[in-house]
Amino acid sequence: MAYKTIVEDKIDILVVGSGLGGSGAAWEARFWGQNKKIVIAEKANIDRSGAVAQGLYAINCYMGTRWGENNPEDHVRYARIDLMGLVREDLLFDMARHVDSTVHQFEEWGLPIMRDPKTGRYLREGRWQIMIHGESYKPIVAEAAKKSADKVFNRICVTHLLMDDSRENRVAGAVGFNVRTGNYHVFKSKTVICGAGGASNIFKPRSVGEGSGRTWYAPWSSASAYGLMIEAGAKMTQMENRIVLARFKDGYGPVGAYFLHLKTYTQNCLGEEYESKWFPELQKMVGKEYLDPEASHLTHRPIPTCLRNHCIISEVNAGRGPIYMVTMKAFQDPHLEEVGWENFLGMTIGQAVLWAATDVDPKNENPELTTSEPYVMGSHATCSGAWCSGPEDVSPPEYFWGYNRMTTIEGLFGAGDAVGGTPHAFSSGSFTEGRLAAKAACKYIDDGKGEGIVVSDEQINRRKREIYKPLEHYKIYRNEIVAGDVNPHYINPKQGLDRLQKLMDEYCGGVTVSYMTNEKLLNIALKKLRVMEEDLESLAAKDVHELLRAWELRHRHRAAECVTQHTLFRKETRWPGYYYRGDAMRVDDENWHVLTVSRRDPKTGEYTMEKAPCYHLVSENE
Amino acid sequence: MPTFVYMTRCDGCGHCVDICPSDIMHIDKTYRRAYNIEPSMCWECYACVKACPQNAIDVRGYADFAPLGHSVRVIRDEEKGTIAWKIKYRNGTEKNFLSPITTKPWGTAIPKLADVPPPSKEMRDSQLLYNEPKWIRMDDGDLRTLQSAGLRLKKGVYY
Repeated sequence: MAYKTIVEDKIDILVVGSGLGGSGAAWEARFWGQNKKIVIAEKANIDRSGAVAQGLYAINCYMGTRWGENNPEDHVRYARIDLMGLVREDLLFDMARHVDSTVHQFEEWGLPIMRDPKTGRYLREGRWQIMIHGESYKPIVAEAAKKSADKVFNRICVTHLLMDDSRENRVAGAVGFNVRTGNYHVFKSKTVICGAGGASNIFKPRSVGEGSGRTWYAPWSSASAYGLMIEAGAKMTQMENRIVLARFKDGYGPVGAYFLHLKTYTQNCLGEEYESKWFPELQKMVGKEYLDPEASHLTHRPIPTCLRNHCIISEVNAGRGPIYMVTMKAFQDPHLEEVGWENFLGMTIGQAVLWAATDVDPKNENPELTTSEPYVMGSHATCSGAWCSGPEDVSPPEYFWGYNRMTTIEGLFGAGDAVGGTPHAFSSGSFTEGRLAAKAACKYIDDGKGEGIVVSDEQINRRKREIYKPLEHYKIYRNEIVAGDVNPHYINPKQGLDRLQKLMDEYCGGVTVSYMTNEKLLNIALKKLRVMEEDLESLAAKDVHELLRAWELRHRHRAAECVTQHTLFRKETRWPGYYYRGDAMRVDDENWHVLTVSRRDPKTGEYTMEKAPCYHLVSENE
Repeated sequence: MPTFVYMTRCDGCGHCVDICPSDIMHIDKTYRRAYNIEPSMCWECYACVKACPQNAIDVRGYADFAPLGHSVRVIRDEEKGTIAWKIKYRNGTEKNFLSPITTKPWGTAIPKLADVPPPSKEMRDSQLLYNEPKWIRMDDGDLRTLQSAGLRLKKGVYY
């Protein structure tokens, strides 16, 4: 094989994926490990990588304790009700008590945070959100990461974690390939902080062609956080908790600033408020603990995101779509109009392109909203990810095993989407989680936990063969056919992705079935995923770019399998509006007020499912 | 087809190839100029458009739902610290917006943590991160703990 093997040895901290989480880890690691070797491996270019590549117009997690606005425990209460009671409150509390120091640093670094001219405080969009001019949010944060890292390897697609051959269940680094040169890269490291991304594109998108790139979460968020960790045998939690977003139709432009700051609201095709009429029936499904419109009206308690989705889905299915966002009032104010547009230009430019193309001016016409295809991630209004240890001063014994944000694999830490149970971290919280993981990883090394790691040549060579197999496979069988992509011996990554999306959509609660599934359907999904895994051995890549897509597909497939296992395990409908278990259409607190935890045995591929206790930290009322 | 490249403006410099988060801006081997090899994996994030020194890259909205005849152009100026947008509708309406992208000259305000005084043992053993507790509240307030918040973890259904 013509590709070189490039070994980077004696790394102390390897950051895999440098979005907001990974960048926070690389930055902070230098403070706690001033003589440690810190290396970043990133699939794209860290100046524009991860979910914030395009920019952001708001920081959605900021307490404002300096102005007495909120305390960390208030945020825990908010995130918990939004997720229908089930979160890791220890991790959330820990993130929330540190997040303000992250945001204050961002401002110091040059990130333009808007201020309220009257009070001098940060300009609030909502209770937790502050408004920024964030076009260069990622380049600024990347600058900080670069200042701390010894080396940054851009364009490395990390495919597998390396494991210690001398000791079971201890991480030893990672391997991957350069998506431009094709070279094989081996990173030997005492610790790994996984800052890789969640999953777009595992469920069939609503769009049918080019538009399938206009996903809500970035198309390069290829489930690698989950693919890497599940494959290595890390325990995962709340993987069934996929998210569906109510967004401007087709462009998936954000609605947060519109609802919270511009005070726009929704109505059905008849111009009616529709949400409240679905509440009585919905309250019977979920119970008054989770849906209490009167209490929500009187206090800051939000109506959970999934339940608001449920109202949109129900109204549309009742024949009263489309749902409109009423913008015409707010947009008569030129200042608010400017805020509305800059909101898109700062983070979802495609929505501005779409409105220009379709002559929709929200000043003169109310734009349509819709619910998206499902996504799997861990930092928005959803909390899929690895089962991680909490901080020692907060966490109960079931949640604590020595090092903050360490997964169940020794030396493997997580940040951002990689950590389960911590919704509503968003950009600032993900960066903060990276900082927490970095401090803990340094401590792990200083405690001597990373000594004596052995990585055999056998492991390195085995991974190398696996990685390049799609290129080899293509070479062997390509000339059996005249031309084109139809070949009885292989499928290409796009064909494989189509298959994955179709089966997840139809059997695991995607958009074409109105997010409905049940035990029978989920078992069919698992069977099809198993067969698909066999076919993934026959994946073909015609060049290094397709090899990147091939490995993204493998990560997506593994994540999808785990999502399906979890969805099957939880026999209730905990989050109506995200998905429905048709055979168990209610919230069942008696049996399922727990966190679901899975482990896939790397040797056999079998999943073990368990229930972990849900600990609560704060009372219901402030 | 989300992004596309004008033949007469592109000089093949490769800035777009270097920055694209999706690895879809590649150099065409015949024409030695850049193009989008996989439009269905393009997020219209404009990273390449902003990076192009020749303004050779533009976006045509996704064919499955965006009619022709529109444009959203951008100039990002790191020295001035601004980003300027021009939106043209299919019906000819124009809108212009200008925003700041940074408040400080690039990179100057970020310290090198290798050079700051190392943390004490006491700080290592605490729950504090770099610059804490000072930077949490910008005053003398300390890090929140269960004790200071009067909280206790309880197992089970009810809060």
